[in-house]
Amino acid sequence: MTVQQMDAPRLITTRPLLIAQGVSKSYGSVKALQDVSATVYPGEVLGIVGESGSGKSTFLRSLNLEETPDSGSYTLDLPDVQGNLFDLDRFARRMLCATKIGIVYQNPHLGLLMKHSSSGNVAERLLVAGERRFAVLREKAREALDASEFPLSRMDAPPVELSGGMQQRVQLAKAIALEPALLLLDEPTTGLDVSVQALVLDTLKRLQQERKITMVIVSHDLGVIRTLADRVMVMKGGRVVEAGLADQVFQDPQHAYTQQLVHAKL
Amino acid sequence: MTRILDVRGLSKGFEMHHLGAQMQAFSDISLTLDAGEFLLLKGRNGAGKSTLLRTLYRSYLAQSGQILFHSSHGVIDLARAADVDVTFLRRTEIGFVTQFLTARPRVSAEALVAEPLRLAGHGAADALEQARHWLAAFGVKQALWAAYPTTFSGGEQQKVNLARALILPQRLLMLDEPTASLDASARAALIDRLADLKAQGTAMIGVFHHPGDVAQLIDREIDLTPDAPQMEDRTDVVV
Amino acid sequence: MTLASLTRDWEPMAYGFLDASAKREIRRKTLKAISVPGCQMPYASREVPMARGWGTGGLQVSCTLINPTTRIKVIDQGADDSVNAASIRRFLARVSGAPTTTDTLEADLIQSRHRIPEERLREDQVLVLQVPNPEPLRPVQPNMSIARQMHADADYGRMWLQLYEQIVRAGRVMQGASYPSLVNGRFVMTPSPIPRWDVPKLHMAKHLTLLSAGREKRLHAVPPFTKVEPLVFDDVPYKVEEHAHLMCHRSGLKGFFMNEIPQADGTSIHEVSDSDLGVKAIHRTEGAPVEIGATWYENGEMGQ
Repeated sequence: MTVQQMDAPRLITTRPLLIAQGVSKSYGSVKALQDVSATVYPGEVLGIVGESGSGKSTFLRSLNLEETPDSGSYTLDLPDVQGNLFDLDRFARRMLCATKIGIVYQNPHLGLLMKHSSSGNVAERLLVAGERRFAVLREKAREALDASEFPLSRMDAPPVELSGGMQQRVQLAKAIALEPALLLLDEPTTGLDVSVQALVLDTLKRLQQERKITMVIVSHDLGVIRTLADRVMVMKGGRVVEAGLADQVFQDPQHAYTQQLVHAKL
Repeated sequence: MTRILDVRGLSKGFEMHHLGAQMQAFSDISLTLDAGEFLLLKGRNGAGKSTLLRTLYRSYLAQSGQILFHSSHGVIDLARAADVDVTFLRRTEIGFVTQFLTARPRVSAEALVAEPLRLAGHGAADALEQARHWLAAFGVKQALWAAYPTTFSGGEQQKVNLARALILPQRLLMLDEPTASLDASARAALIDRLADLKAQGTAMIGVFHHPGDVAQLIDREIDLTPDAPQMEDRTDVVV
Repeated sequence: MTLASLTRDWEPMAYGFLDASAKREIRRKTLKAISVPGCQMPYASREVPMARGWGTGGLQVSCTLINPTTRIKVIDQGADDSVNAASIRRFLARVSGAPTTTDTLEADLIQSRHRIPEERLREDQVLVLQVPNPEPLRPVQPNMSIARQMHADADYGRMWLQLYEQIVRAGRVMQGASYPSLVNGRFVMTPSPIPRWDVPKLHMAKHLTLLSAGREKRLHAVPPFTKVEPLVFDDVPYKVEEHAHLMCHRSGLKGFFMNEIPQADGTSIHEVSDSDLGVKAIHRTEGAPVEIGATWYENGEMGQ
């Protein structure tokens, strides 16, 4: 949220689902994140754009509690979730991420067990949450894979035998299997063929519309963000340089860097 | 009359960082719009007609001035409103019709048209039925309803676009040259629909290449050409 | 006061082979393991005159527990007469002076590889199991540091996933021995490579079970009257080996875990795996006054 947004007049008083404030993180002398703040409302899609090294992925990993920033706060407005999530211990983080937050990584190896079955990858989420009925595991895995438009005839094939697009669908199915409150997407279509990319984006768009899943999506591809995001945050050198409605940021960028980024698009 | 829009001293310019230049689109515009009123924006090319529409819609950020929108939830300044409110109003009360369709891969024409109703909470079957009605009204052949509009010709895409943009009655509707590239029958259907919405109380503000198309709807007009008289009351003059 | 009265004569080794500090460490770790059922405790694992992987973990625990009155029984795959069992039994007797037996009912301490005797153990008996790999998470998490964190967090999703994968791929749970089991509702342990047939014997048992891995330097325990639940899905019941209907060709016993002996004509005959139970049954048939204790399985069904 930009300064303009902080004191903006309000009409509807929904509470934000996610509030991150003043998040900073350094690796030695490299400042990966500098005072990054973001607010996401329920059902909204926040897109984060920026070039490699802009800190966008570090910020996303912080939201998945994989990184512990040096300072800043992060809250989620959910039942039984209180306080600054950066202060949680390892166990509490694991339980929160296992049940409330889903993530899709650019690299499927980070999110999947490549040699287990695809359905098993999805079932693992449910197992961690305590489901102990085999038939239910099977059915829920099937539903999630189906919702991700994964061909069910291959549901027991291991991801290592699948194409990149299919691997992303398995990751997506795993991420949505427990109906997460927040879905994080880290370059979900980068590295896929353009046609496959469009199909995966389409699945994401449909899931977003049908299930009203709150999403934060990171991509260096403006097309991806334009297709999915309601609002956009532009990052550079670990800072947020501009934030606003997606069409406004793309059509009327205010910051010099954003203008350069938008105009550089083919 | 119910006031819908109250624009005060609105200015918009573009700062072009790579040129180190500032380009002023319009400055100090004030206007009002009531429910069921149709306001025509006119002016020579580059006078800022489309820019004004996009600024009102918040696709462009105003530099100064106020855009007071009288929503069903209360009055809010669209120039400064929080993004989440703008998103909400766009989904429920403010429509924008352009001549371009943003089709998405693998989404059928009827699903695309039904989408605004779905998002506003209508049932799937009802939304689909209405979508088909409007596709028919705008002259899209039935064979194409279940097809993907990405493959359609420009004219057909525009019809799908209009059906989608006008399916849900809005409180405020902005029209950015919607008649461009339309055939006569589709144009007639558009004007019927606009007249219908107007009668239901939708306030409209639009830019038209050939204002004659919509002459019977126009209540007032504003000329954005610099030094032109600020506002004329609508007379039954042909524009 | 003479020097001789203050010191002991030189001996070639300490009582029970292990030196006092080694035994003290194992006693401490055993107490810890009993206090936290199913949790693996690291220990130093001293050298014993036997190769690692041949039961050195069990041997060290036995050496620590033994005293001149402890009656010891050692079995290997159920048999008292296999070379390994006989060697360990003789070694234990020689370093401690303890009496030996092959009868489960007479034994105070039973060291075993891969089996639990068929006769029910009592409160006053201790079972020591030799464990090759004490870490149930090893197949799913090769990094032992992370595996320890997973135990700490009771993060056993991957264990369950193993079972899911087996059912998906083979239509049933393929895990034959070392069936992962939840101890006291908290820690998942591997019960050493005992068959599925033997796992229910540990549940709420009257005796103490100590499981020790010499090569891996870990020991864990199932104290008396502790819940031991094999990991199973609610709708896929736990199954033991289908040995209930098999008959021992020598003793005529039925309803116990059997060894299969393939024959030249392609068929198989079976022999009761708990060799001493078979011997006692034969003696009884011959008219000798033999006492056979209550067994865990009755008519091939696990009793309560």
